[in-house]
Amino acid sequence: MPLYHNEDQAMLADTARGFLAEEGNIAKQLRHWRDRNCKDGFGHGLWKQMAEMGFTGMLVEEADGGLGMGHVEAGIVLEEIGRNLTPSPFLTSSVLAATALKHGSADLKGRYLPGLIAGDSVFAVAIDETAKHRPSRITTRAEKSGNGFKLSGSKSFVIHGGSADMIVVAARTSGGDEDADGITLFAVPRDVAGLSHDHVRLVDSSMATHTRLDGVELDGDAVIGEIDGGRAVLDAMLIAGRVGAAAEGVGVARGAMDMTVDYLKQRKQFGRLIGEFQALQHRASHLYSEVEIARAATIKAQQLLDGGSAHADLMASVAKAKVAKTARLAVQEGVQMHGGIGMTDEYDIGLYMKRDRALAEFLGDANFHANRVAELSGY
Amino acid sequence: MADLEAFRSETRAWLEANCPPEMREPVRGEDDIYWGGRRATFKNDAQKAWLEACIAKGYTVPMWPKQYGGAGLSPAEAKVLREEMGRINARPPLSSFGIWMLGPALLHFGTEGQKQRFLNEIARGEIRWCQGYSEPGSGSDLVSLQTFGEDKGDHWVVNGQKIWTSYADHADWIFCLVRTDKADKYQGITFMLFDMASEGVTTKPILLISGSSPFCETFFDNVSVPKSYGDDCPAQVGTINRGWDVAKYLLGHEREMISGADGGERAAAIGAMMKRHAAKLGDDLDPVLRAELANFDVDALAYAAMGEKFLDEIKVGKAHPAQPNMMKYAGTELNKRRHELMMAVGGSRSLEWESEATEKGKPARNWLRTKANSIEGGTSEVMLNVIAKRILDLPGA
Repeated sequence: MPLYHNEDQAMLADTARGFLAEEGNIAKQLRHWRDRNCKDGFGHGLWKQMAEMGFTGMLVEEADGGLGMGHVEAGIVLEEIGRNLTPSPFLTSSVLAATALKHGSADLKGRYLPGLIAGDSVFAVAIDETAKHRPSRITTRAEKSGNGFKLSGSKSFVIHGGSADMIVVAARTSGGDEDADGITLFAVPRDVAGLSHDHVRLVDSSMATHTRLDGVELDGDAVIGEIDGGRAVLDAMLIAGRVGAAAEGVGVARGAMDMTVDYLKQRKQFGRLIGEFQALQHRASHLYSEVEIARAATIKAQQLLDGGSAHADLMASVAKAKVAKTARLAVQEGVQMHGGIGMTDEYDIGLYMKRDRALAEFLGDANFHANRVAELSGY
Repeated sequence: MADLEAFRSETRAWLEANCPPEMREPVRGEDDIYWGGRRATFKNDAQKAWLEACIAKGYTVPMWPKQYGGAGLSPAEAKVLREEMGRINARPPLSSFGIWMLGPALLHFGTEGQKQRFLNEIARGEIRWCQGYSEPGSGSDLVSLQTFGEDKGDHWVVNGQKIWTSYADHADWIFCLVRTDKADKYQGITFMLFDMASEGVTTKPILLISGSSPFCETFFDNVSVPKSYGDDCPAQVGTINRGWDVAKYLLGHEREMISGADGGERAAAIGAMMKRHAAKLGDDLDPVLRAELANFDVDALAYAAMGEKFLDEIKVGKAHPAQPNMMKYAGTELNKRRHELMMAVGGSRSLEWESEATEKGKPARNWLRTKANSIEGGTSEVMLNVIAKRILDLPGA
């Protein structure tokens, strides 16, 4: 398979680019909701529109009412989401939760997928328990209780946790905190007794929660996949989420780079366009090179994942790490090359810097994934 | 797709039958590479058999048309061949500047007569070519070159000096940039082909910091170059005085080649190998070095994906025409970093210059050799200039 978009994918990219530039742009979405102190941090109207575009259920299998597309296609939408800094529950709902639900019972699919596909439901995932991503350690407990389970523990960095109609929670049903086995995933509906949130607005104006589970009682049918065998589903979710976050990060990097290169062609100092200065040209060219490479790594990871390759896991971490470093470079060069106005709230380049920070942290930062590349490679 | 799968199994079977086991070992030194040419000798029978099998099949130049010695493979088929050769670690049967550089220029600009003669010679490894570009006063500013060809009616008389001519001392023929009009800087250069055995051509190897001499100074003292080598076979490629167009086209291929975009060593992760190497030396990687290796592997594996994407795109005309400059920049900077890390892991052992244990200082010599990567074929700084101008469209670049 060639490592570029085929005709259908190129068409989808055109559609997604046009739609998100028009409806998901910074003025219409990010600034609009931010300036109104929106409790969700995103617009439900756009989410509904994304459903009409067929985006929300792209990864859901056709038999379940979705489009049965792959991660290359989801990545196309995510790249445009990144480029426009569009606040949306796409990554947590349509990628992460949708991947978990693939492993769910027919009953769970029937309960949640139609709402996702229609853009009526929003889902979140609760994995992290500390300030850094460390999915190898799960201490939230789920104890057998009657026909079901009783969950206790706390989760953090639950993106859209406060808006979610359902949260996929990773909990421990057996074993010690660091054990690979003994994990079970649960679909936890909103408003269940014992579930509470501490809402936090993040640097990029997105909303997350610290979520407490105080003896949350769930029926056995809330289990996604196998009891004690949730690690495989969790890993599948993480790979999909990381590849998706990488794609969004590519969009952030490209958006910041394009905006900066445009600025170099407009801003005059010393009687010249600043883009004429070689000191800036070389930095812009280096950035271009890094962004191209990060994007190639991301598309490679998407293709491997769609092809069911055993290397998808390694390449997902390569892509996540590479994109995190590259988007970081893009936003730092972006603010610096914009000079003083780069520091103002009025100018969008700073918003890219904020988004990059939050997105890079989600599902593991560059250091986490570089370390993972080393571990997966055997050193 | 079904056709491609059939081609894959066919190719796999052909490789199984024709690629000798010795040719599936990693390349360990210069003498493992077969460059071809009038003076070439085979290291062993396996090298000869492998070359002959590939020539018969058109696999020394798989994508060239059959009438010029290739196999006429489509981009998709060529990718399958590359993947299948990679799967068994098959060595390239033939390496040459003719394949990588002159061939593509002839396919694009050559006359039918030139293609018939020179492409077939290249495909069969009969003639080894070198490239006469840089001059002592014309490095990054290549277009200022001064080597002059005086028009004498049916021939040129060439005088001047080239430098950094790779393997000029082993080459049979040269493709050479020669000024044929002093009045016009860009449209006064002709891309000439001539025999290095001509009277007046001398070469002098340049000793490098690595201790080896892959590059030469090449001197032309009243060298007579016939304007024609026969029917439809002129000495120049393209039009007289328009050789800069050919040179620029060809630089793209040179940069692609130096970039290591086609995978292999340059695009590979090294961390696991370095851990084993450290263990052999009785050490373990210290945590900071391990972290540097991990960061390097991220970049190397991402670059490998970029190489794959670039080659896929260039074959169907999707790549930006200036993209080889980006590949060259990123690939060579990465390769320098690779060898810095390998030296760090090797510690004092890697400093040894002549010892048996290091195969006569291989780590240090290879490390030093990589420093030329970001200079030869256009410096990193020139690559960044070209990206700024042609891809980012920055003003005044």
